[in-house]
Order: sequence, then structure tokens, then C-alpha cells
Amino acid sequence: MEELGLLMQGFAVVMEPQNLLLMLVGIALGVLIGVLPGLGGANGIAILLPLTFAMPPVSAIIMLSCIYWGALFGGAITSILFNIPGEPWSVATTFDGYPMAQQGKAAEALTAAFTSSFVGAFVAIVMITFIAPVIAGFALRFGPPEFFAVMFLSFASFIGMSKGPALKTVCAMMLGFLLAAVGMDTVTGQLRMTFGSTEMIRGFDFLVAVIGLFGISEILCSIEDGLRFKGERAKIDAKVVLKVWATLPRHWWLALRSSLIGCWMGITPAGATPASFMSYGVARRMSKNGASFGKGRIEGVIAPETAAHAAGTSALLPMLTLGVPGSPTAAVLLGGLIMWGLQPGPMLFVEQKDFVWGLIASMYLGNVVGLIVVLVAVPWFAAILRVPFSIIAAIILVVCAIGAFTVSNAEFDITLMLLFGIIGYVLKKLDYPLAPLVLALVLGDRAEEAFRQSLLISQGSLGVFFSNWLVSGIMAMGFALLLWPAITWVLGRLPGRRIRGPATA
Amino acid sequence: MPPAGCSRRSLLIGAGAAALASPAIAQKGWEPTRPVQFIVPAGTGGGADQMARVIQGIVSKHKLMRQPMVVVNKAGGAGAEGFLEAKGARGNPHMIVITLSNLFTTPMATGVPFSWQDLTPVAMLALDEFVLWVNAESPWKTAAEFVEAAKRERLKLGGTGSKQEDQIIAVAIGKATGAQLTYVPYRGGGEVAVQLVGKHVEATVNNPIEAVTHWRSGALRPLCVFDSQRLSGTEKMTETMAWSDIPTAKEAGLDVEYLMLRGIFMPAGVQPAQVAFYENLLEKVRETPDWRELMQQGAFNTTSMTGDAFRAWLTKEEARHRTLMQEAGFLA
Repeated sequence: MEELGLLMQGFAVVMEPQNLLLMLVGIALGVLIGVLPGLGGANGIAILLPLTFAMPPVSAIIMLSCIYWGALFGGAITSILFNIPGEPWSVATTFDGYPMAQQGKAAEALTAAFTSSFVGAFVAIVMITFIAPVIAGFALRFGPPEFFAVMFLSFASFIGMSKGPALKTVCAMMLGFLLAAVGMDTVTGQLRMTFGSTEMIRGFDFLVAVIGLFGISEILCSIEDGLRFKGERAKIDAKVVLKVWATLPRHWWLALRSSLIGCWMGITPAGATPASFMSYGVARRMSKNGASFGKGRIEGVIAPETAAHAAGTSALLPMLTLGVPGSPTAAVLLGGLIMWGLQPGPMLFVEQKDFVWGLIASMYLGNVVGLIVVLVAVPWFAAILRVPFSIIAAIILVVCAIGAFTVSNAEFDITLMLLFGIIGYVLKKLDYPLAPLVLALVLGDRAEEAFRQSLLISQGSLGVFFSNWLVSGIMAMGFALLLWPAITWVLGRLPGRRIRGPATA
Repeated sequence: MPPAGCSRRSLLIGAGAAALASPAIAQKGWEPTRPVQFIVPAGTGGGADQMARVIQGIVSKHKLMRQPMVVVNKAGGAGAEGFLEAKGARGNPHMIVITLSNLFTTPMATGVPFSWQDLTPVAMLALDEFVLWVNAESPWKTAAEFVEAAKRERLKLGGTGSKQEDQIIAVAIGKATGAQLTYVPYRGGGEVAVQLVGKHVEATVNNPIEAVTHWRSGALRPLCVFDSQRLSGTEKMTETMAWSDIPTAKEAGLDVEYLMLRGIFMPAGVQPAQVAFYENLLEKVRETPDWRELMQQGAFNTTSMTGDAFRAWLTKEEARHRTLMQEAGFLA
């Protein structure tokens, strides 16, 4: 096996003391960046990119990709502890992670999140190691119709799984689409719904909305409940890691499925955020106790974290083999490759073997190191919950404001974040689900773009969405998921048959 | 930010530093006293962003400036956000902007109120080339064959953004030859190149740097370059071809020419000494081997200009863009 030999050479490169040191620095910085909402992996790497200009390319990519792994790990921390997603892909982790923290199981949730992140990444790396060229070829089959179909599938898997009344889900989703439409329309090059305001030109950034909708509204709710954290204090115990690990093998099928969803979404390239949502949706659908999701089930943490990390890792594959970034962070790394004098794309694997295999080896090692670093820190993270609410709430507010500002260096976004906080609070009180809104906001404009590109290509015929087996297959899966509640309802009504609970209506 | 007062104070500090420090600094007269904000009116990872970050890297690696340079992306509204910020920072000498063709196209297409005259031109760094690419498995070996095919049946041409440089070229090809091209807008150049490799579109007008790797792997074929002279790189990029072997559009019988500005601007109302500092700085950047490597990799047209020549060029280009945009029906 040629790959194994090359991989060993790669390890030899990574094991140089200077590279190991850079790896540790990268992971630590990454976790920090992941914890701060708004300061995403993409921003963090962009800021540090010029520092790497004088380094050899292998060392530079090791450090920057380790920042990325660190950010992927770190994003889960604030999601679980405070219901504030540190990164877009950890929104789905809040659904069950935060309720677990409220029940005093913060350490369990963190351990599960970190471990499943690692598993997802590991599956993706193994895939990159052995079947990269095949997968790269497959990604080429994705044009606008296929891309839209994947988006459609994400939305469909979500509508079916929502817990509240279906109409409220649709309302929240439509609000998300509306917000996503503000700003530049990439297909016509026109500004939409900016009402002549300079600040609105940017549109509503997903991260600003999420920080407000989740973080600020959560603080408002906590204040209403009397200035303290809901639920028990976390019992900190170093053995908790081992206890959680003992239960994890039970969820092997969930983890494998989530990894595959993640890899698929990372390569296509839809990215880590839709992957985490979709994996959560599917986990809920497949579970016998779908109704108890959202109330603190460990599966609800494992599914999105595994998928997000698998997607985040495999998003590097189209970047390396095709020169197309699978995520915003990959886009920045791509710029980095060019700066270091490397040309991303099909020739990279042929001409820069040291670099490519050094990077792949650093993915293995970086994730192991990352896992150890974050697991060791679990008790400390969980201990944050012991700080009195009146102190921590102020700190969270400041961090949120910094995060919202960092997204695009705009003061207006801080106001916007506060507004979204109030909107989020009102929606929570009225029992509207926030997740569909967020999903539509993050995927809305890309889905619209893909839809309109498809129609441009087909000269206006909708047949383009069923023009080959790949796109038809994905669309059919989407429709099946969308109509699943109706199908189970009809089946349940058939005489002589009863299907257990219309849990996912 | 206090514009006028600040710049005067900066001047005083600059003069003080000049009196104390080495002769090299005395020549400059003024130098930044705060970190310099480097605005990129485009997203992270694109051509303008890469160039800005390379400049930032070169400046810090070769210690060309005492203060740090901070790259800030302001991509909203096809770059309008970044340009409006620079327009609003009148007199601030601690801000520079890198521009691409959206300096001309964005105000014309969206009606957002600004033009290059709201800024102070510092230097043209280079011009970016455009090449007509088709899939290597397609039957078209020359631009003329491609145009003939597009006259017979409608072909799809993919490009970056809407009502910007790529679409202007697509419309210009159609006007010049009667070829029927459906323009499909995508978000970034790398994505466009891959869509062509995957045969989702029939042609693209990618910049050299966006498509070079696919050319070298044998997936794409260049037909012509939209410049009046051939590209300068004579090193073989594939087994048979170098950049210089690609015919110009005119040689290929296609009367379309388009180059994209990669230039640096400052806000309006800054002092001549401040402009001179950045002119000097960019001159030093251009002399580094790192910069030359980037130019070579991306097969850039390395024409550079400053001062009045640059202003004259900008005036001419703005008028040309207005005509092109008007002919295409893109004016807001």
C-alpha cells in the first residue's frame, strides 16, 4: 500500500519537535477561538495567516489546521454550558447539550461532544488517506441542481423532525429565509431589502443572529427565572470521562451514520453546519424515543458533533484535490496555500507529496492531541458553571458583543445582536422553534442561489432536478423525509394497524 | 476616528522620529503612527484577499513598516461596504484599500453612491488577466470554433459574481460575435473552474491563477487571453504549452479585451507625504522575490502606475466600464 508508506513519511515530518510545538500552540489557540462566539475558525486563521509567511509550508499548515481542529472542539463548550454556540456548526449541539448541563450533566455532555468530534474526524481522515482521488472525482458531479438537492434534503430532514406544531416550524423557517434574502443578490447583482441603508448592505450575518437568538435570549430567560442557572450544579469528577466512555460503544451505529453524513456534506461541499443539523434530524427520526430529544439526550450531542467534525475535516479534501474550499475556513487555508507558493488542486498530490502527507499525518496527530487537551480541561470548563450567575452573565454579554463585532468589524452588528436577543426571547415565550429559523438563515441564500443557477442552466425547466440518477435520488430522499410524518399518519389510520406515536409530527 | 487633527499630530511625530532616527526614515517624511487598516472589499480567500494578505505578509516579513498592517474584509454588497467605509474615513492616513474591478462595476450596477474619485489613488500593483477556458474533452480547439458552436446553439458560461468583470466579458463576446451565451454566476473563481471540470458549464473566463492547476492536470484547455499582448511566462506549464503559447483574443479572431485592476487607494483628503509613504512602501513590496513569485504564479500583467498616469488610466477605464455596462444593460 503506497499510501501507508507515504503516511509514515508524513509522520516523520510531523514528529519534528518544532512541528509538534506548533501543533500544541495551534490547538490551544483554536480552542480559545472556538470558545469565543463570532471569532470563528475562518477569522482566526485569517488573522494568523501572515505570521506563517516565513515558515516552511508544512509547519504553517500544521499550525493553521490545528487551529481549525481546536476551533471544532472548542465550539461545543459554550453551546453546552451556556446555550451559546461558539461556532455555527455547534448550534445543533445546544439542543440536547444545554439541557444536559441544566440537569447537572455538563461534564458528561462535554466528554461526549469531544469524544464524538474525535470519532467523526477520525473517520473522515481515514477516508481522506485511502480514497481521496475517488472522492474528488465524485465531487465533480455536483453542479447547481445537485447542490440544491442536498440543501433541500437538509431542510426536509428538519421539517419532519421538528417537535412543535408544524405551522410554527414553517413560520420560523420562512422568517429565516426572509432574513437570508437581505443584502446582495448574487444572481442578479442587485441589492435587496436594504431600504437604502448602508448597514443593511451586508445582510444579516448568521453568526450575529445566532449569538443574539441563543445567547442573549437565554440570558434574558435566566434573568426572568431569578438570576441563577437552572438545574443543579455540575458535580465535577475526573472519572466522569471514563464513565461516559464506557457507555459510548453502545452508540456505534449512530456515530458511524453521523460520520458518513458529515463526510458526505463536507465533500459535496455543503459544510459542517448543515451536516450537524441533518445528522441531528436523522438521529431523532431514527431513534425509538424521538420525542425525548431536546430534553437532554446524549445521542443529541453525539450526532451533531460527530457529523460536524467529520464534515469539517473532509471539507479539506475538495480544497486539496480540486482547489475548491468546502467551508469558509478551508477558503482561508486555500489562500494560505497560494501564499506559501503552493498551487492547490489536482497537481498538489503529485508534486507536493511531503506537504500533503505531512498535512494528513498532522490531522491524525492533531486530533489525538486535541482530544487529550480538551478532555483534560473538561472539569475546568464544567467548573465555570459554579461562578455566580450575576458575574458570569455580564462576562457572557461582553464576549457575545465582541463576537458579534468581530464577524464583520461593524458596531451596528452589536445592536443587531441585542435585537435578535429580544426576538429570540419573544419567540421562545411564544413557543416558536428557533432551529428552523437558524437553518434557513444559514442555508437560505445558498439554496436560493443553487436553485436559480439550476434554472438558468436548464432555461427555466424544473426537470433539471430530476435529470440524472444522482440529483433525482437526493430529491426523492428529500421528499420521503418531508412527507414522512404524513406517511406515518396515514399508515397509523389504516384499519387494524397502529404505529407507535405520531412523535415527529 | 479623528481625521484631520490626527494626521497633523502624526506628521509632527513623524518629523520628530525623522530627526532622531536613521536617514532612511528621514527621507520618508511621514510614517504611520497607528496600525494600518488594509480593507479588502471582497470575501476571504478570493484573489484580492490573497493579494492583500501576501502584501501584509511581505511587509511584516521584510519589516518594511514599523506599525502592523491589519487586513479587514468588508465584502458586503459586492464590496460596496468596504468602499463606503473608505469614503467615510476622509483624511485618515491609516487606511488603505485594495480594489478590483468592482471599484467601477459595483456603483454602476447597484447605484450605491461612490466612485474612485471619492478615494485617493496610490498605485496600480498589477493587472489581472482573463483567459477563455473550455473543458479539455470538448471539441473546441480554438476560440473561433467555440464561437461558431455558440452561434449554432446556446452555451453556458460560468463566472464569478453578477454584473461584474466575468459577465461583462461574456456579454462582450456575445456582442462582438453574435455567440449565444447563458451566463451562470457563482461565488468564487475556484468554484467556477471546478464546475467547468465537472462539465456543468461549457466555458469560463477564469483568471490564470484560478484555473492553472486544472490546466496542468489536463482537465481544461485555454483558448485565448483577453489582452492585447500574450502572457509573458515562457516556462512550460503542461507538456506542450506555456502561458505565452495562448493566443490573444485578437489573434484568435475575437475582438474583446479586458484586464482587471489590482490597485491600492487611500481615503480622500490625505497629505501628499502620506501618499508618498505608501507609494514607497508598495514599491519595496514589488521588489521582493515573494511578490515576483506571486506575479509569476498568477501570470499577472505586471504593469504598475502611480500619480497622474494612474489617474488618467482610471478616468479612461471608468468611461470604458460605463460603456460596457450600458451596452450590457447593467446600469442601475
